[in-house]
Amino acid sequence: MNDTSHGTGGLTFDQSKRSWPNEMNILFALILIIVIFEILGQVLPYMNGQSFLFDTRGRFDTIFNEARLQIIILQVAIIGIIALGVTQVIITAGIDLSSGPLVAATAMIAMSFAQTELVNGNPNPKAIFGVWAMDLPVLVPVVIGLLFGGMIGAINGTFVAIFRIPPFIATLGMFLICRGIALWWSAGRPVSFPTEGYKFIGSGMMPVVWFLSLAVLFHVILRYTVYGKHTYAIGSNEEAARMSGINVKRHKIMVYTIASMLAAFAGVVLSAKASTAQAGMGEFYELFAIAMAVIGGISLTGGRGSIIGTVLGAMVLGVIRSGFTFVKLDGSYQLMAMGSIIIAAVILDQYRQRNRA
Amino acid sequence: MSDEIVLKTEDLTKHYGGVHALEGANFELKKGEHIAVMGDNGAGKSTFVRQITGVEQRTRGKIWLYDEEVSFAGPLDAREAGIETVFQTLALADDLDVPDNLFLGREITKLDWLGPFRFLDYKAMRAATLEGLEKTAVKIPNIRNSIRNMSGGQRQCVAIARTATFHSRLTIMDEPTAALGVQETEQVENIIRTLKDAGEPLILVSHNMRQVMDLMDRIIVFRRGRIVANLKKEETDGQDIVAYITGAKTGAEFGDVA
Repeated sequence: MNDTSHGTGGLTFDQSKRSWPNEMNILFALILIIVIFEILGQVLPYMNGQSFLFDTRGRFDTIFNEARLQIIILQVAIIGIIALGVTQVIITAGIDLSSGPLVAATAMIAMSFAQTELVNGNPNPKAIFGVWAMDLPVLVPVVIGLLFGGMIGAINGTFVAIFRIPPFIATLGMFLICRGIALWWSAGRPVSFPTEGYKFIGSGMMPVVWFLSLAVLFHVILRYTVYGKHTYAIGSNEEAARMSGINVKRHKIMVYTIASMLAAFAGVVLSAKASTAQAGMGEFYELFAIAMAVIGGISLTGGRGSIIGTVLGAMVLGVIRSGFTFVKLDGSYQLMAMGSIIIAAVILDQYRQRNRA
Repeated sequence: MSDEIVLKTEDLTKHYGGVHALEGANFELKKGEHIAVMGDNGAGKSTFVRQITGVEQRTRGKIWLYDEEVSFAGPLDAREAGIETVFQTLALADDLDVPDNLFLGREITKLDWLGPFRFLDYKAMRAATLEGLEKTAVKIPNIRNSIRNMSGGQRQCVAIARTATFHSRLTIMDEPTAALGVQETEQVENIIRTLKDAGEPLILVSHNMRQVMDLMDRIIVFRRGRIVANLKKEETDGQDIVAYITGAKTGAEFGDVA
């Protein structure tokens, strides 16, 4: 320190290192939960010393139990795609409750343009449109689905940004509207028998491929682009963002649109995976997507959170679900445990924030 | 020091309906000069600042910045023209770090053809931030910490550091130390001294007599929407200024308006 005249007590300003990232804590939590299930597998008398994640029976060539790993990530992949969008919305201090029903509505609409004309030589029994809408290239239903999602998102964003309706209310309304659209589309009947090309979108591990590639894409976008920076700025201090010349309204509409397009894509993948679309699909998906973001360390007041956190949050939910099946506890316990973990995650996060301040 | 005029206003007036918040303000700031704007609450100080910085649209009058007549449609225009304003309430995003805040809304970017998804040039922004902090002698423990974890003084310093980072042509501070503690106030005052040494012109709105007498060259006093005194620091003292502020005295050249 050479010029003490303007000093502030021995502080320097030449460091440019980042502090300990929040995501590391979630990673530790994830590992801790895995270790707990691993121990339970050894300790519980009826488990006969099974391993949770490791391959102890020599069924595979690798050290891990690949089947379990695949299931863990596969069962969170589709909701995970929604969570990538919800994360962005929550970072702007908003919320999107409409994504679950949007999944159903998009599944119905997209599937209607993905049907095959002939099923086992007979006309498609679930046909929605005439022959003109049959056996279309796979791009058609996907683009229609994404356009529909984008439209819903743009409406959400417009209500939030221009008409200043609280995001909770605007998207709650859209929640009901989308469920209504899903029911109305085919008068409640399922839409089935898609083309092979459409089925491929959701086949095997494809949902995981989509989830992880979209996660990488949006991680890069949120962290390294102007769009990402402005998203954080708006959630952090909307007034400051406006004063700095950011077009807050346009940006919010863009965020809601992107979030709904991701939810719509999740609807495409889900219907492709199931080879059918039903109006009741995607129930509670919006809440699980929000839960993933919350476990991933997002702040509902905006400005804080990350894609990496949300992906880890999704993994935590997947591991818990798989772990409860592993120790043979049924779904009712899973829900109770997940609920508790969501609350615990928020309490821990608040405690950490207070300690740091 | 040159005699170039940085900012000049003529007959600057702002009416809010029937309220004459600012009436016929004629003002001049020369290059390198530090001017204090003083006055009671509601005397027109902040109204004056808001007209110059484009936050509000004036009722009438003219403004010149470096001999160029200007008319700002909004605060961004003013900022682009080189007027950097530090407000009492900080316009900072808590969750972002120092470079992010300095460059908010005017980021240095790469791959601009990507539109809203163009990439941020973090390296360039960090380098420019360090340069700006160095110039203002602001010391921040770690520029990559989020603003949330900083003290009020450090936050105010970040706001002020924008000035140096963007080579602004005029700095306006509206009560920059009103919400700060003693040490933090000192920190901000040190920055003002640094700006003075660097010959950067500055307008300081302040209630703090000691601060004004310590740091400023000239004092403009507002009363009931009008300028009532234009005093050189050497030719006045605290009591004299208070007399102008309260209305016990009015500058000779302003006699007809009081």
